[in-house]
Amino acid sequence: MRRIISLLVENEAGALSRIAGLFSARGYNIESLTVAPTEDETLSRMTIVTYGSDQIIEQITKQLNKLIDVVRLVDLTEGRHIERELMLLKVTAERDYREEIKRLSDIFRGRIVDVTDKTYTIEITGPVGKLDAFIEALGDADVIEVVRSGVSGIARGERALRL
Amino acid sequence: MKLTGAEIVVASLRDEGVKHIFGYPGGAALHIYDALYKQDALQHVLVRHEQGATHAADGYARASGKPGVVLVTSGPGVTNAVTGIATAFMDSIPMVVLTAQVPTGLIGDDAFQEVDTVGITRPCVKHNFLVKRVEDLALTIKKAFFIASSGRPGPVVIDIPKDITAETTDYSYPETVDIRSYAPVCKGHPKQIARAVDLLLDSSRPCIYTGGGIIQGGAERELTSLVRTLGFPCTNTLMGLGGYPSSDPLFLGMLGMHGTYEANMAMYECDVMLAVGVRFDDRVTGDLKKFSPNSTIIHVDVDPSSIGKNVHVEVPIVGEAGPVLAAMLERIRSLKRDDKPVAISKWWEKIDHWRSYRSLDYDRQSEVIKPQYVIESLYKATKGEAYVASDVGQHQMWAAQYYGFDNTRRWINSGGLGTMGFGLPAAMGVQLAHPDSDVACVTGEASIIMCIQELSTCKQYDLPIKIINLNNRYMGMVRQWQEFFYDRRYSHSYMDALPDFVNLAESFGHSGVRVDAPGDVEPAIKEAFSQKDRLIFLDFITDQSENVYPMIASGAGHNEMHLKPSSSGEVPLERELA
Repeated sequence: MRRIISLLVENEAGALSRIAGLFSARGYNIESLTVAPTEDETLSRMTIVTYGSDQIIEQITKQLNKLIDVVRLVDLTEGRHIERELMLLKVTAERDYREEIKRLSDIFRGRIVDVTDKTYTIEITGPVGKLDAFIEALGDADVIEVVRSGVSGIARGERALRL
Repeated sequence: MKLTGAEIVVASLRDEGVKHIFGYPGGAALHIYDALYKQDALQHVLVRHEQGATHAADGYARASGKPGVVLVTSGPGVTNAVTGIATAFMDSIPMVVLTAQVPTGLIGDDAFQEVDTVGITRPCVKHNFLVKRVEDLALTIKKAFFIASSGRPGPVVIDIPKDITAETTDYSYPETVDIRSYAPVCKGHPKQIARAVDLLLDSSRPCIYTGGGIIQGGAERELTSLVRTLGFPCTNTLMGLGGYPSSDPLFLGMLGMHGTYEANMAMYECDVMLAVGVRFDDRVTGDLKKFSPNSTIIHVDVDPSSIGKNVHVEVPIVGEAGPVLAAMLERIRSLKRDDKPVAISKWWEKIDHWRSYRSLDYDRQSEVIKPQYVIESLYKATKGEAYVASDVGQHQMWAAQYYGFDNTRRWINSGGLGTMGFGLPAAMGVQLAHPDSDVACVTGEASIIMCIQELSTCKQYDLPIKIINLNNRYMGMVRQWQEFFYDRRYSHSYMDALPDFVNLAESFGHSGVRVDAPGDVEPAIKEAFSQKDRLIFLDFITDQSENVYPMIASGAGHNEMHLKPSSSGEVPLERELA
């Protein structure tokens, strides 16, 4: 099953490699991994999307918790949560396609953030499924480049992952 | 007063209470070695290879319970030490390894003797540090000792660039340390403990299975009184030997691949299993699909990730073995139930039946030396009180099976990683931790060669270790597997061109004795241990074809053991008793 694991880790050199190394050494899957500093400069926030059986997910969370650099950890998929991913997408936009792609982008609440006479660069955020759907909707349009940020997540309601 | 980084390293170790440090100098470590030269609080033990330093510190830690300390230089000093670090990591041994590094400004430049120490050691340490400011040095050392020796222990590496050891700052060693992301659990959850006790008291076929966690946690007293209070059978893993007195009638012997018939059958047929300080290693469980099919498992461990990793656990209890077992005992006593002995007497009858197979019997009439007999003679000569450091292979299994350990920290071996070459340097660490005790190194002619250079260290520090070399001219365990599973194609398991070990020992300044008749075994061992002032290398020429029995082949279950063929050879190897 797909899980979103959110972590607070010490903002120290090597923390990322410990976590990435854990996944490769133990053969766990990583679908995406994002990391960035938080409002507290000693901490980084990391979101890992992984999948596996319940037993494997339990091991992943236990093994992550065992790392000295991991301060707090939560499996967001255990409760109600919001997940978002940012995608930047460059697509050929000429003649007939130009209007069509703009319309599609509007439907998906994307924004065209850069334009040339041959291309559009579109910014779009949402859950993974929405981004996938947008790419699919573009159909036979000529997609030049896709950049996805990987998933960020946060719990709904008053639950929070903090010190 | 301001101290240099090098002086801070030495002062911190002194203030941490360290007495011995095992190491080997080199360019990046020279400031630290200079600081060592100017003091006498710490004894530095100069090994002959960095692998020896880590194994010696490891042996020291296993025998004393205190973290072992290592100092090596950058580059090859580190890579040589890695085998010993990984060995300690697999067996959860507390160790602090100080590695020198090239100066900060050169890191990443492929400088002379540079390796990415933090990167190379990351998968085989509990934690590691790269010190970037001299101001952080003392606190980092404090943290390293705290992490290494608390919770589930393990090795911690501190990488110290050379320039940091030259810079100066004010020194004070922290009294305590608080790491916000690290808080090992000590006491178990009372509700879980109550559940566990209910299960145990209601069981009719219980089995208590304990491992290294009892030794590391110093929980042997709690375990012994729990087992005796309940009157339940107890088995130990290879790492847990000595955790329960092996001479006690409630002890079933070691379990697992080369465990006794009764221990493995009890594990297979039990209805409630109490597992304490173990990790359900593949050498213990055999095929997981066939593992103890009808039991409810209670698992006590200080490391939550050990619980539920390999087998499904009904009652997980996260906590240290000592406090958890004490709480269980207290609850059992408060319940005042006394219907136990009757309920499990049938179970004991069954166990006694398994015992009657005498799975550890061997040919005592043999005209060549049987390795098992050497170990039994060693036990006799040392009254079971020696510290036994072992290498890896057949001799290790025979030592585990035939030297009955009644106390903890006497059995020193590389269980998880299975590192050949561990025995001799580990024995050095043991002897330094217990200078007045008998220390034996049980080894084989293949293993001993892997760290033979440490005979020189033994000479320099007058370590009167007794080396028990079971010399069968084969990598015995490899040969055994080739006999069983590769149709006797003994591919590269034969030890050709062996040295004359007696001469070899003598050339290092020790004594050597070659023993090739069974009648000479006991007198030779007795004589060796009567010489308290010298290392004696006893080279026993043993039966080449002897195999370790019983055995569970890989992929088999506890009920599918191979027992020893009878002396007349009528019982085929493949015979399965269950």
